[in-house]
Amino acid sequence: MQKTLGRFTLFLRRRWYIALILVLVLLWLLNHARQNPQLFAQFVVDGLRLGFVYALVALGYTMVYGIVRLINFAHGDVFMIGAFTAYYASTRWHWSLIPTMLLAMVVCSFLAVVIERVAYKPLREAPRIAALITAIGVSFFLEYFTALDFVFTPNFISFTPLPIKFQSWDVAGITVSNIMFIVIGVSTFFLVLLYYIVYRTKLGKAMRAVAWDKPTARLMGIDVDWVISFTFALGAALAGVGGMLYVIVYPQVRTFLGVMPGLKSFIAAVFGGIGSIPGAFVGALSIGMIENLCGAYLSSTLRDLIVFAILIAVLLYKPTGLFGETAKEKA
Amino acid sequence: MKRKFWSLVSLALVLALLLSACGPKATPAPKSIKIAILGPLTGANATFGASNRDGALMAFEEWNAKGGVLGMQIEWVLGDSQCDPKAGADAAKKAIDEDKVKYICGAVCSSESIPISQYANEKHVVQVSGTSTNPKVTVDDAGKVKPFTFRVCFIDPFQGLVMAKFALNNLKAKTAAVVLDVGNDYIKGLAEFFKQAFEAGGGKVVVWESFVKEDTDFSAILAKVKDANPDVFFIPAYYDKVNLIGAQAKQKGIKAALLGGDGWDSADLDRTAADGGYFSNHYSPEDTRPMVVDFVARYKAKYGTVPDALAALGYDAALAILNGIKAAGVDDPDKVAKAIETVKFEGVSGMITFDPLHNPIKSAAILHVTGGAVKFEASVAP
Repeated sequence: MQKTLGRFTLFLRRRWYIALILVLVLLWLLNHARQNPQLFAQFVVDGLRLGFVYALVALGYTMVYGIVRLINFAHGDVFMIGAFTAYYASTRWHWSLIPTMLLAMVVCSFLAVVIERVAYKPLREAPRIAALITAIGVSFFLEYFTALDFVFTPNFISFTPLPIKFQSWDVAGITVSNIMFIVIGVSTFFLVLLYYIVYRTKLGKAMRAVAWDKPTARLMGIDVDWVISFTFALGAALAGVGGMLYVIVYPQVRTFLGVMPGLKSFIAAVFGGIGSIPGAFVGALSIGMIENLCGAYLSSTLRDLIVFAILIAVLLYKPTGLFGETAKEKA
Repeated sequence: MKRKFWSLVSLALVLALLLSACGPKATPAPKSIKIAILGPLTGANATFGASNRDGALMAFEEWNAKGGVLGMQIEWVLGDSQCDPKAGADAAKKAIDEDKVKYICGAVCSSESIPISQYANEKHVVQVSGTSTNPKVTVDDAGKVKPFTFRVCFIDPFQGLVMAKFALNNLKAKTAAVVLDVGNDYIKGLAEFFKQAFEAGGGKVVVWESFVKEDTDFSAILAKVKDANPDVFFIPAYYDKVNLIGAQAKQKGIKAALLGGDGWDSADLDRTAADGGYFSNHYSPEDTRPMVVDFVARYKAKYGTVPDALAALGYDAALAILNGIKAAGVDDPDKVAKAIETVKFEGVSGMITFDPLHNPIKSAAILHVTGGAVKFEASVAP
């Protein structure tokens, strides 16, 4: 942490104009916050809620990138499948929240492993651009296949009734709802669980070893293919949870719903430093917050523009993101 | 080579014979008036065309039973314009050139009604559309009214006006929030006219926010709406966005009554999300006006379903033509078009007269979403 901060201040000192822009933006926000603190707090709370959903998705991007150096563009569509699974489980079969969530996780994990085995594994030794283009192909396939009339239909479907009864409270002028607590609680639980798996278990150690150096990991007796599949499954399970939470907050399902959240989460992962798990988390919270504050104080129509401009700025000036290691890539 | 040539010639001869054989049959029998009903009868919007046709047919049959118009029986031909500009132009050509109609009832979509109106005006054929809302249907690109084309549905800006009046007078609202999709002309039109009329009537628009089509997260906009605490919240979007915005507004605890336009009119409208909301529509089958009660009963007896707005407007379009002919007193499209401009008649969708741009002046039905159902609330005149 100390090291990261040190690197960051060094970066800002070298690029003083970026620091200036950041300070100006912060002052401008503070000014708004002073004028109407309650409203500002409301925006921040809403931004956090969105950020936690992005975090679940961004982790999948970052883990997969960390281990196979692939930007898995189909991840946003796995997220969509999670949303649809949750929709069917809770409106057709009337499952409650926890079983619905578990089903979404299982379905997404299974799908991600199938995608990995069918579409990415044969290309593991091919140039990286081939796998990237395949990922885009898989993404389009999932979107348009599920939009067929006999699959999910291309319609906008309202998610009612929700698996939980909605309630909201006014706390010091800020509206908080049980959905918000569920989003933050569930996300935090899975983030902690993920952290535990990656940094405290043998399997996590194997994942980190494979990410570091595949041939050597194989020599050490690690089943590399299995570990890679497991990483995909883990990321997809989180995306499944994210998909379910997303459609509970924004109760509408359609087959293209994963596109935008997928891209935003990808930006979050890049912003935080792709390949870094804490980076994805911090990046996602920041993007959620930035998005909401843009919508609040600039205009909702400018929101996506700003978020994508951030992606470009990060790639231009700090491609390793907030927490990214300086490029340690091996051929 | 030679054989091929002769076979072609003989084929052409046979075709010519067939066509000429058809010819005499198509000429109108004396003492009858021929009217074309155009609309999409196939394709994605086929149900729109079917409702529209059923409504118009009912009007013709009823007038025939009463002795027709000017003592002449009404005959009709059907044309399939497929909600498509090209198919619309073809259907209009067929109806006018081959079937020799002088009156067209239709079409349904603005995209098909516009090319039809061009040909109809060129050939001096009276056209009355039931449901085409685009302003360009009755006026040309230069803004000049097309002398032979009318419509019986109100155009988009009108709904903004009606909802503003309803908010001010019926709901006693003083402040309003408005959200709109900046990329959609229908939504923008409704929102801008609502604002104009609402502020002209002494109200104040306290939140004016735009979103884009892809948005699903409206929390920033809704937090501002909550903060401003308006009396009404105007969402002139289509039902898919209304479902999302409505649900999130309920989550935020926004108490303002939701208002909208006919974009809400869908079986897929989420009645819990839009609960307590009001929207304007062309007509309601629950209206208690005798004309409506009567129409609904007869339509149900004939077709077995409750008539939707398209059927009601198809019926009214047919009435506009028939009343025009009756007022003109002669079967001459030039005179009939003049007569329709001044005619006044009671239609299912209200008391109808036409303004100088050939749009109807009539009241709109306001529907109330309550307890999972959509109920008729009031009829609001402009």
